Amino acid sequence: MIKKNTPKERRIILKHADDPKYSNKIGCYLKNDGYSMLKKAFKMKPEEIGEEVMKSGVRGRGGAGFPAGMKWKFLDRKSGKPIYLICNADESEPGTFKDRQIMHKDPHQLIEGMMIAAYAIQAKQAFIYIRAEFFKGAHILEEAIAEAKEKNFCGDNILGSSYSCDLVVHRGAGAYICGEETGLIESLEGKRPNPRIKPPYFPAVLGLYQCPTIVNNVETLCNVKHVLEIGGEEFSKIGKPNNTGTRIWCVSGQVKKPGYYEFECGALTLGEMIYDVCGGLLPGRTLKAVIPGGSSSKILRADERFSGKLKDGTDFDWGIEDIPLDFDGPASVGSMSGSGGIIIMDDTVDMVEAMANINAFYAHESCGQCTPCREGSLWMKKITKRMCEGDARDEDADLLLSVANQIEGRTICAFGEAAAWPTQSFIAKFRNEFEEKAKNGNNKPSLQLI
Amino acid sequence: MSSNGNSSMITINLDGKEVDVPAGINIIEAASIHGTEVPHYCYHPQLSVAGNCRMCLVEMGTPMRDRGTGEAILDQDGVQKIGWIPKPIIGCGTNVSPGMHIKTNSSMVKGSQEGIMEFLLVNHPLDCPICDQAGECRLQEFATDYGRGYSRYVERKNVKPKRTKLGPRVTLDDERCILCSRCIRFCQEVVDDDVLGFVDRGSFSTLTCFPGKELSNNYSLNTVDLCPVGALTSTDFRFKMRVWFLKESPSICTESSAGCNTLVSSREGEIHRITPRRNDAVNDSWMTDSGRELYKQVKSEDRIVTPHVSSEPSKLADAISSASELLKDQKLAIVGSCRSTVEEQYLLTKLARNTKAKKFLRGHFGEDDGILLSSDRTPNLRGALATGFSVKYPTDQLSDLSRALSKGQFETLLVIGEDILESGISQDDLKGVKVVFLGTHKNQTSALADIVIPTLTAFEKTGSFINRTFHLQSFKQAVPGPAGLLPDLNILSSLINSLSVDGDQSADLAQIWKQLSKSATSIFHKLSFSSIPSDGLQLNGEKWSELDFVEKKALHFSPTKQLQEA
Repeated sequence: MIKKNTPKERRIILKHADDPKYSNKIGCYLKNDGYSMLKKAFKMKPEEIGEEVMKSGVRGRGGAGFPAGMKWKFLDRKSGKPIYLICNADESEPGTFKDRQIMHKDPHQLIEGMMIAAYAIQAKQAFIYIRAEFFKGAHILEEAIAEAKEKNFCGDNILGSSYSCDLVVHRGAGAYICGEETGLIESLEGKRPNPRIKPPYFPAVLGLYQCPTIVNNVETLCNVKHVLEIGGEEFSKIGKPNNTGTRIWCVSGQVKKPGYYEFECGALTLGEMIYDVCGGLLPGRTLKAVIPGGSSSKILRADERFSGKLKDGTDFDWGIEDIPLDFDGPASVGSMSGSGGIIIMDDTVDMVEAMANINAFYAHESCGQCTPCREGSLWMKKITKRMCEGDARDEDADLLLSVANQIEGRTICAFGEAAAWPTQSFIAKFRNEFEEKAKNGNNKPSLQLI
Repeated sequence: MSSNGNSSMITINLDGKEVDVPAGINIIEAASIHGTEVPHYCYHPQLSVAGNCRMCLVEMGTPMRDRGTGEAILDQDGVQKIGWIPKPIIGCGTNVSPGMHIKTNSSMVKGSQEGIMEFLLVNHPLDCPICDQAGECRLQEFATDYGRGYSRYVERKNVKPKRTKLGPRVTLDDERCILCSRCIRFCQEVVDDDVLGFVDRGSFSTLTCFPGKELSNNYSLNTVDLCPVGALTSTDFRFKMRVWFLKESPSICTESSAGCNTLVSSREGEIHRITPRRNDAVNDSWMTDSGRELYKQVKSEDRIVTPHVSSEPSKLADAISSASELLKDQKLAIVGSCRSTVEEQYLLTKLARNTKAKKFLRGHFGEDDGILLSSDRTPNLRGALATGFSVKYPTDQLSDLSRALSKGQFETLLVIGEDILESGISQDDLKGVKVVFLGTHKNQTSALADIVIPTLTAFEKTGSFINRTFHLQSFKQAVPGPAGLLPDLNILSSLINSLSVDGDQSADLAQIWKQLSKSATSIFHKLSFSSIPSDGLQLNGEKWSELDFVEKKALHFSPTKQLQEA
């Protein structure tokens, strides 16, 4: 199963990131041909850039994997209202740490990508919404923007053209839900980040201040620069059809070399990632489970067999190690590649405790706006916490599953799914461990306070 | 897809039945028109859509079309296929479209409703026996109608503040709050007083006032009505009365010319609260806090309950006959009231005609709040115009009367409720003038009157008012008046009958309206009291468009437009 040749990284986004001679200052960026694509962009018509992005097939790197070119096409350009561009730098999905690298190590790449995108959609104002915890990242970006402004790469009359677009950094206040684009927009407007109902509040039509707005992930916006450099047509040949470009995978958990690795989409399998790239598991451990795309994606069991039909009609029959790392691979086995956060769990992990950890996160981060997610996420947390404290009951596995099912598909935003999918998949894949807890624990209903 | 040739109506399929509904309304309203309840908490027809309670989840499908060609996709029978959305959608935030299919009772919908009910109750205290909302609580009702009937929750419930004073009139129990945000939206959108918000997040979200702010606006008690559960309570009403003991009578608020539609809740003849009654042409679903306090006048200490003749208590019949003696063949002036009903003003006009009396009217004015408290602080100024009691727009002074009195033009004064000593008449003016006072509450004028005849408050009688938009609205007696007293109409008709030759004036509303509606030039032409709908009747007030009405632009009222529209 394990290949002898370790697959080679192909770094496009993180090309310079870990070069010890490379700095996040504009001088260094310019020396490495920086902002040449912005100059190129200004020789093109805005819609031509959109066409290139469309041709490139680049999909959103924030989690949902929606084609970026398509998103831009939905933009309401007839309303006459100003258009806004927002970079979603609220990277908070447990297991994901890719955007942080870009912003810390190569901020000008993001700024260049953003200004190209802003010009392409004719944005009046651009924002980087960065999570509160990235205070260093925010500082670096602010310095970088000041440098870029000085060189006229953003601000008024960019590169002597008639196009002006300011770029500002807006820091969040510490809420995961601000990564949801309409929640982010509410937060940017200075309100509680309660996600908006869709319809009618699709950002491309009624976004920031009820104006047409595009919200893209950091990595996605960086890709815009490379689409221009490589050309949409050529870019679409990187990776696999419908899974174009590279992806930065963030591997965490019990492997020898956790970290971020940039590969062409589909260039390697999950097994190759774990055993070749990340050096395998810790000594004496065996693989138990993998969460392939951040904590909200459904967990995969190490001894599962996955079979079915791919989108192109070919049959597949995979073990966990055969799953190709791209957008469609994890999706075709019932999970998702999400934001690229691969979490590896070995045989020392207690699945109920892992579940309790994830549930605690979602209970803490639910905005509390809509009923199922607000009450369900805390309830699931309370159940799993109680189970870990020795008070598990026989019916708890079924109850957890039922609560999760009552959340999924009934909430305003996708947080409901994010909170429900882990529970649904943990129970489906590791029900025995949940039942085990009841057998070994007190197995008494904690009725002391109803 | 329009039906009946009416382009504003569309046909949808509701639970398997084709029904016609107005285009552009949401699923909750569309279903409600056809008698189907879609349960909801956060949705309110007069507030923006929040979509957060998720109680109104329904199944929805639309006729399928080919994405490329736009052509209808048909099944084997040639019927257009329905593309059902795999997830339930919210009925409040989804507008109907032609051919839309809706299921409100499928297993998916029932499952959603059971789930939402369970979630709403897991952290909700089960203390209905001591909760003020019991009996009118949506949570209770929907738990019975749509819940599972048992709880699977064995964890500790969240603890939140139990009795927060949000303002002078509203007390909040946060543990009962289901975070529907109706109160927040009301304060933002209707009152423009953004003081409420949530703090903390997730299940620990807590409703509160922003630091340094309080919920003290004159509409704060509407949040209590809006609250679907027992979280927001009226400090005045809480723990005083079980709502199922209360009798609700439709009434009209007499605070100002806005004419809010109300419900007066009483038990055994005693009023316990006043709440707004929905009327989309007048007050939507709101009323002022100050208007809710008016019932306290019914039992107030300065209420007149005993007739007096020459400062001596007397029987009502004796006081009326003494009054007619006093009014007979005298130079008489009548000071009417914009607080009297249309019918009373009509009789008073007739009395003035029969006795050749001069008519005077004063108004009561205050600040206009631009919503439902208008600067005209009387409920029926336009009634006085419409019945012909006054042709002039009144001021708050009776200067004409003062001048006439000082010239000795009048020997007797009949005053309806007003305190003329507060309106530019001095004690000296009244030297040698006999005063008959009809009213509900004591004032300086009643103190010096020769005859005082107690009358009834709007809560104790039946009648009609015309509000600032010339909307004619009737109200019914909610509680009986003090023992031994008669409605104003009976007193006025007695006076008319004893003072005129023909003397057959009836005190019956139907009879009075027959007379009122007789004249073809009257705005009451062809109307009758019983034909006034529960939500009132728009009259044509064009005749008075030259007058300078004092009301400012407000909810459903615009000073320049209103007369043209009417």
